[in-house]
Amino acid sequence: MAAGVFAPGPDSISVIVEDLVKRFGAFTAVDHLTFEARRGEVFGFLGPNGSGKSTTIRILCGLLRPTSGRARVAGYDVAREPEAVRQHIGYMSQKFSLYNDLTVMENLRFYGGLYSVTGALLRERIAWALQMAGLEGREHRRTAVLPGGWKQRLALGCALLHRPPIVFLDEPTSGVDPLSRRRFWELIQQMAAEGVTVFVSTHYMDEAEYCNRLALLMRGRMIALGAPSELKLDAVQGDLMLLEADSLQRAIDIVRLLPQIRDTAVFGNGLHLVVARAAEAENAIRQAMAAAGVGIVRLQVIRPSLEDAFVALTTRASESEAEARP
Amino acid sequence: MEPLMPDETYAVEVNGLVKDFPAVRAVNHLSFNVAAGEIFGLVGPDGAGKTTTLRVLAGVMAPQAGSAMVCGSDVVRDPEAVKQHISYMPQRFGLYEDLTVRENIRFYADLFGVSRREREAASARLLAACGMSDFQNRPAGTLSGGMKQKLGLVCALIHTPKLLLLDEPTNGVDPLSRREFWAMLYDLAGRGVTIVNSTAYLDEAERCHRVALMHRGRLLFCDQPDRLKQRMPGAVVAVTSPVASRLRDELGHVEGVSGALLIGDAVRLFVDDAARRIPEITRVLDSRGVPYDEVVRVTPSIEDLFVNAVTALER
Repeated sequence: MAAGVFAPGPDSISVIVEDLVKRFGAFTAVDHLTFEARRGEVFGFLGPNGSGKSTTIRILCGLLRPTSGRARVAGYDVAREPEAVRQHIGYMSQKFSLYNDLTVMENLRFYGGLYSVTGALLRERIAWALQMAGLEGREHRRTAVLPGGWKQRLALGCALLHRPPIVFLDEPTSGVDPLSRRRFWELIQQMAAEGVTVFVSTHYMDEAEYCNRLALLMRGRMIALGAPSELKLDAVQGDLMLLEADSLQRAIDIVRLLPQIRDTAVFGNGLHLVVARAAEAENAIRQAMAAAGVGIVRLQVIRPSLEDAFVALTTRASESEAEARP
Repeated sequence: MEPLMPDETYAVEVNGLVKDFPAVRAVNHLSFNVAAGEIFGLVGPDGAGKTTTLRVLAGVMAPQAGSAMVCGSDVVRDPEAVKQHISYMPQRFGLYEDLTVRENIRFYADLFGVSRREREAASARLLAACGMSDFQNRPAGTLSGGMKQKLGLVCALIHTPKLLLLDEPTNGVDPLSRREFWAMLYDLAGRGVTIVNSTAYLDEAERCHRVALMHRGRLLFCDQPDRLKQRMPGAVVAVTSPVASRLRDELGHVEGVSGALLIGDAVRLFVDDAARRIPEITRVLDSRGVPYDEVVRVTPSIEDLFVNAVTALER
């Protein structure tokens, strides 16, 4: 990748994770994880429930000691200097840890106190946070009555009061309206352009699309790492086709019997088909559908979505795991 | 408005529904119909009125004005009849955390008056469909978020309702489990069960047969996902680039481009006319030496449409 924005050099890496392992009794939550995140990168964690995303983030926040391996965050070792790590990060969860019965200003002051930002510096940072969040003139509103998008930007402002070089966002735009969501991501990408490293963990592909790179985790291991566009290109082996038919149910029964079709998934009024070669599959599908007397409304090659990529990669990883088992 | 069809055509008929809470009108003159066997999505952000609408349909909350018929029964006049036909899965489905998967299913089967034989057959089929057959003896409290949601659905489906009401059923569920969950819903719809579900995620809307886009208690649009996208004025063009942020800044002011949205390593451009602007955009990028992969016209997303409509409303 032509990294025009980020100057290369030793300072350009803000998080280093080497051979990280976390065990809870017999259960391995994080299984030999290794990666680096650059300064100013928006780095996403994706993975099924229980894949180790939260455990990894808790280790990187200095909240949980790794069993073995090493992680350095903003230059500090998470196992040996957890307090220093916590001073250099911001954390925002989907639950927006705001005090609903406090006003906007009181929440900001509370978080200022928590991060030991005081006096003139606190006033300056609060002014910055209010402006960034678009909450100027609403300082004395009770947090409980704010719309979701505003709460979310206030929570971000609180998490950033101490200007941390690294922020962790856990499903940050869950339930927020699309307009506010776009505005939120504008802010995040602006911060990243200014050099803040942003970690995002999410189940939602529309959030994942905003990341520069994505790490796909499964059972504590990293099974893929790359830009969303790279993952989409690499993940689906073969072609992806969309089939719409007069009768969806009959179409499913027909294509499932064709050897050319590797996988089928229903999407609303259509079917997503994974095939080895589109041209070959198209002939087979047209013949089989015609023979059964089911009309084709649409049959075309489509670009895999990030979700298609996610499903293909996780399925492949669990299949190869199953094969490896005796 | 078209004349109303006979009862058996629509599983759900909502007309001019209004529901007020002390400080807010949660549902504001909402009207829509859902055909039997249809998967219908109520789509919108928090506060759009989705949950309130579902509660009214479930017969657990009376509206201020308007009417709602569910499987031929009026939700206000005959809520008990409505409850016979439906299964309602609220956002926090009441699973007993200290009971096992099997025990939870049994509890709900007894609640719905399902016989032991029916229960065993339905339970085996549903657990297999969602990949949970091996978890029958696990306490529900030890399941992952996705599995809890799936168990909730199994419990809600242990009897066979005519109408299934699901409130944000895939919240916190990973994409793989989400596909399994949806495969179950498609299977049910194929067998004639009507499904009304809600979601705050617009990519989830794509899976419904038809969606109602809601915003602050009102209906913005109601149509099939494909047709909704055709309602977006202008066109959307996408460009992928290793310097996407710079590219966005360069293209934001090109004529005919009304908006530029940075999404990771891609930029979405909202243009008046794709055929005319793509060559211009390409020329601007080449002349300024901005690296890019390709400039392509893409289908507008439902989010694009939503943002466009809400922006127009608030202007």
